[in-house]
Amino acid sequence: MTTVAARPTAPQGIRRKRTSPGGGIGRYIAVRFLLIFPTIFILVSMVFWLMRATGDPITAALGGRLTADQLAERIHAAGYDRPILVQYFEYLGQIFTGNFGTTISTNKPVVDVLLTYGVATAELAFYALLVAFIVGIPLGMVAAYFRDKGQDASLRIFAILCYATPVFFSGLLLKLIFSVWLKVLPVAGRATTGSELQMQFLPSKTGIYTIDAIMTGNPAVLMDVLAHAVLPAIALGLLTAGVFLRLVRTNVIGTLGTDYVDAARSRGVSEFRLVSKHAYRPALIPIITVIGLQIALLLGGAVLTETTFEWKGLGFMLSEFLKARDFVAVQGIVALLAVIVALSNFIVDIIAAIIDPRVRY
Amino acid sequence: MSHTPDTTSAPVRRGGLAALWNRLPVVHQVKQSMGLQRGMLVTGLVITGLFVLTAIFAPVISPYGYSQLRDANGPFGAQVAPGGAHILGTTVGGYDVLSRVLWGAQTALFVIVVAVLLSIFAGVFLGLVSGYFGGWLDRILVVVCDAVYAFPSLLLAIVMSIVISGGKSDLVGGVVAAAISITVVFIPQYFRVIRAETVRIKAEAYVESARVLGASNGRIMFRHVLRNATRTLPLIFTLNSSEAILTLAGLGFLGFGIEPSAAAEWGYDLNKALSDVTSGIWWTSLFPGLAIVLVVLGITLVGESLNDLADPRLRGRRSVGKVVSVVAATSVVPGGTLTGGPGGLDGLEGGADGIDADIDSFTDEGFEDRS
Repeated sequence: MTTVAARPTAPQGIRRKRTSPGGGIGRYIAVRFLLIFPTIFILVSMVFWLMRATGDPITAALGGRLTADQLAERIHAAGYDRPILVQYFEYLGQIFTGNFGTTISTNKPVVDVLLTYGVATAELAFYALLVAFIVGIPLGMVAAYFRDKGQDASLRIFAILCYATPVFFSGLLLKLIFSVWLKVLPVAGRATTGSELQMQFLPSKTGIYTIDAIMTGNPAVLMDVLAHAVLPAIALGLLTAGVFLRLVRTNVIGTLGTDYVDAARSRGVSEFRLVSKHAYRPALIPIITVIGLQIALLLGGAVLTETTFEWKGLGFMLSEFLKARDFVAVQGIVALLAVIVALSNFIVDIIAAIIDPRVRY
Repeated sequence: MSHTPDTTSAPVRRGGLAALWNRLPVVHQVKQSMGLQRGMLVTGLVITGLFVLTAIFAPVISPYGYSQLRDANGPFGAQVAPGGAHILGTTVGGYDVLSRVLWGAQTALFVIVVAVLLSIFAGVFLGLVSGYFGGWLDRILVVVCDAVYAFPSLLLAIVMSIVISGGKSDLVGGVVAAAISITVVFIPQYFRVIRAETVRIKAEAYVESARVLGASNGRIMFRHVLRNATRTLPLIFTLNSSEAILTLAGLGFLGFGIEPSAAAEWGYDLNKALSDVTSGIWWTSLFPGLAIVLVVLGITLVGESLNDLADPRLRGRRSVGKVVSVVAATSVVPGGTLTGGPGGLDGLEGGADGIDADIDSFTDEGFEDRS
């Protein structure tokens, strides 16, 4: 969802541009790049002030388990008894240098947590996007071609169902059907303990299990890892697939009505080719724009998917830290996700502008 | 967009008491729709209606209370299979599944109403002020709202619920915390739409004439601009309602739910059902989950139909012919799949995105009209 943070500012850009002509892709990239910083700054500040409004993190995490004196000592040691503004600027400075704090419950740098578990989330997101493309794009073309017919109606309902089903519910259903009743796929986790052990001894681990499994050279390990990824990827992927389906449908409907498609049809181009090549190509541009937004949706969905499938990624850790009431870790993860979202929106904007000159005006 | 004159001229401006009924948001659309689109809209309305009725009459129709663990015959027992006294079985905590599903509708409706009302008031007010006065306040609000808008809404809701309830929740606190958490996520959406409309309407002749007549800023804003800027609100309202349910369920699933003794909440029940699934107990997760899917489906069907009806390119063919009659007369489209004719480049840009994105085409229209 959320069409491009930058989008409403783009038309403003036009207005400004009309008064002062000139400027091309370089200027566009520069403006977009500079816009990242206020976005990150606002989100990080918001998270900081909101989280700190509840009190200091030490009391939240350890209150009740330590005596008042011990608490005060730890609060002092961590510097949480200083003026909040001082802490705020210190926090901003730390973020700027890539320091997101130290978790209270596990006493590890948040950055380490992010690096360890971030790759798992990235792997899941990759597979989910794959599912979304494979399911969403062809079905969207079919729906557009059969516009307002039975096929279209059922596909649109399918798309709405994809959106309407919370990932944890589709995850639970998939688990129930494929793991518990049919017993063909594993229930949870990223790999069996045996496979994890084999990957553990690799000289250069990436943390991306698919790559690690290939490096073990053992096909059984790879199959095991892939089997574990199937259900989470489908659960998370379908969420995005619905969006892609609707998007492709709307845009292909738009292009199917254009003159060049009529011209191609009159030349005798097959209907299949018409839809899959002529009408589909230009409809791709909006999809690229939306992928950036899907990253935000995917990250939100990943939290729920990972919790459902005990997929040990950032989302799973986030809910673990939430349970432990370790708000430093939560704050760190949320701040990092803000950076990721802002960066990915930037990259997608640039790609969209390179592909489609109309975007940058 | 040049070929959509009827959507940009606000229906509010047309007078007449006789047409009042037809101009009511949903009635108007049902009349306007046809065929499949009408089917989807009516189905959605029926499901949504059933949901509201269930929510209101939950105390009457549910066999037990949401936190009831025993009746005259003793405790219900945990994880009892569906059938007998418990049509949909009981949960791991020993609650009646059917009762909790029905009561859950009440919680969901309450959260939707509070969240959407709060965000409409805040978002509309901010959008109006920001769009009308412009300047540095406008710039700042736009950047802040864009930042919030781009962020995963669930994460924001998590942060908010930590702030409001410290992660714990009781009866009112939990529900209100959830509602406010969701509100924060939604404000930017209302803000953007209303701001864009305000910027557009501000330049209209009738606003300038009002100013010439000496109307105050407040009067112009609330009488002239606001009245004409609310065109797309029903649409966002429905889309947000469905998102509110999903966010509430997500919060509940992550453990920010409302305790079972305080209220019934579907997401919380699904969280508790997580371990049941592994042992093949399906009824504790299936029914709350289906309830979420059904309600979101119903509301989304309404929202999507309203969206399509507001967009001439997606409206049923009869209406398209009416709107772009000139185009329809000159272009020959085999199979009759005319979809807005030479909307050309505009057609590509406008309805570009998914559920929420279609709203943005309105936002953009506002800008384009002005430039």
